[in-house]
Amino acid sequence: MNAKKADKIATAIIYILVGIVVLILVALLGFILISGLPHVTWSFLTSPASAFSAGGGIGDQLFNSFYLLILTLIISFPISLGAGIYLAEYAKKNWLTDAIRITIEVLSSLPSVVVGLFGFLLFVVQFKLGFSIISGAIALTFFNLPLLTRNIENSLNGVSNLQREAGLSLGLSRWKTVTKVVVPAALPGILTGIILSAGRVFGEAAALIFTAGQSAPMLNYANWNPLSGDSPLNIFRPAETLAVHIWKINTEGIMPDASQVSAGASAVLVVAVLIFNLGARFAGNYIYRKITASK
Amino acid sequence: MANNNIITAENVRLYYGKHEALHGIDLDFPEKQITALIGPSGSGKSTFLRSLNRMNDLIPDVTVTGTIRLDGSDIYSPQTDTVELRKRVGMVFQQPNPFPFSVYENVTYGLRLAGVKDKKLLDQRVEESLKLAAVWDETKDHLKDNALSFSGGQQQRICIARVLAVKPEIILLDEPTSALDPVSSAKVEDSLLAIKNQYTIAIVTHNMQQASRISDRTAFFLNGKLIEVDNTANIFLNPKQQETSDYLNGKFG
Repeated sequence: MNAKKADKIATAIIYILVGIVVLILVALLGFILISGLPHVTWSFLTSPASAFSAGGGIGDQLFNSFYLLILTLIISFPISLGAGIYLAEYAKKNWLTDAIRITIEVLSSLPSVVVGLFGFLLFVVQFKLGFSIISGAIALTFFNLPLLTRNIENSLNGVSNLQREAGLSLGLSRWKTVTKVVVPAALPGILTGIILSAGRVFGEAAALIFTAGQSAPMLNYANWNPLSGDSPLNIFRPAETLAVHIWKINTEGIMPDASQVSAGASAVLVVAVLIFNLGARFAGNYIYRKITASK
Repeated sequence: MANNNIITAENVRLYYGKHEALHGIDLDFPEKQITALIGPSGSGKSTFLRSLNRMNDLIPDVTVTGTIRLDGSDIYSPQTDTVELRKRVGMVFQQPNPFPFSVYENVTYGLRLAGVKDKKLLDQRVEESLKLAAVWDETKDHLKDNALSFSGGQQQRICIARVLAVKPEIILLDEPTSALDPVSSAKVEDSLLAIKNQYTIAIVTHNMQQASRISDRTAFFLNGKLIEVDNTANIFLNPKQQETSDYLNGKFG
């Protein structure tokens, strides 16, 4: 077989493989959106769920998902940033940093059910936090930390050493070179990583079933005192998220319109994750243009 | 001339791990002159240059022995603040390495991070530095544009302006024109000649015409040793060492 023919066949095979992936994705997305979107109305998005009768919405679950996501990022981003900066900029190559990297690898491959059970035993039971948003947020932090740390480390490593030399040679300290030169240059990559991990956290169910709980107590959206029991901001209340809600109505939902609610909630979840992903690209480019002044 | 040496290096040896890369260099840099370091690749001239502002500290396993004094004080003593040292000894690299920010931000970055906030002073320093680096005319209407959108030669002059803006006393240039075309190189050389009465300059170059055009003194390195240092005219016209004359005449390797 001559080289030209081999090349053509290889190209064709690659196209076919890509085609299969795209086809599966489109079929999945299409199925979820087509069966779900017709049920999505404004009142579906804003009204609370109903356990027995038809016509319940996903308002509280949607709020819980976003609130939990924000809390998780508030906890996990600073830790990941610090760890990523350490690994990329300060860590010497020795057995200790190798051990840290391996630990992060292992942590990132933990099944989320395991993370959830761990969170249940430690935070919910041992620390007596109960089924609560804070337990969920900490469990999701465990789930999120390794990937976010790796992402930040990789983004920082992607910044050319010439930039570090330039910073140092101007009489900037190492710390200032990292924070004022390297991190800004790596910002688009870091931001993309945050938003992609947000999509993952948003769709996570298994780790939350045992930590944030499966009940959504009535919330009073006029009460913004975070210490009060029915305030949406209270971090010690149980909070069923969208993904958990979908899981629950599919396993034990007894409302007559369970399948419609499930389909609608799934569509909302998928759309939210899609928006995160598109937003990641847009925001990454926008911030890069902003800080670099390129047009 | 011996009295106004701003940098004096004595018996400088540098090791990568156990391998000795510099074998005892003695070299002085007179104030407000251009000293060119020439020699084949791997001769240690860049390594030596980078030890003058301790850029080699970034490489793991590098040790330096001997003494390098800046204004009489040992820059490798434990009391030395490398941040202060590098404010006094600026550096321009082989590859243009502007920050991926605007021209204005590039030139003011060192100053602003050192705490200068006065907008007027910053504006003035930007204009002054870009003019000295002979790149003002090309950038004055594009100060808010990304420095990376300029050509390689312009980027290198922006990098020179960025160093000038923090007003170091000494500027080290590590083959600053080797990635540039002849026209851009000539502009960089012009700007070096324009600033040499205010700064002490050490330049590593592979281009011997460049060394002969702009430098006052030339030091010839070979295999980690300093073979000869003298006034540039003497080095090029009457080298005392056979190796120097062989290298200058291309009878090498």
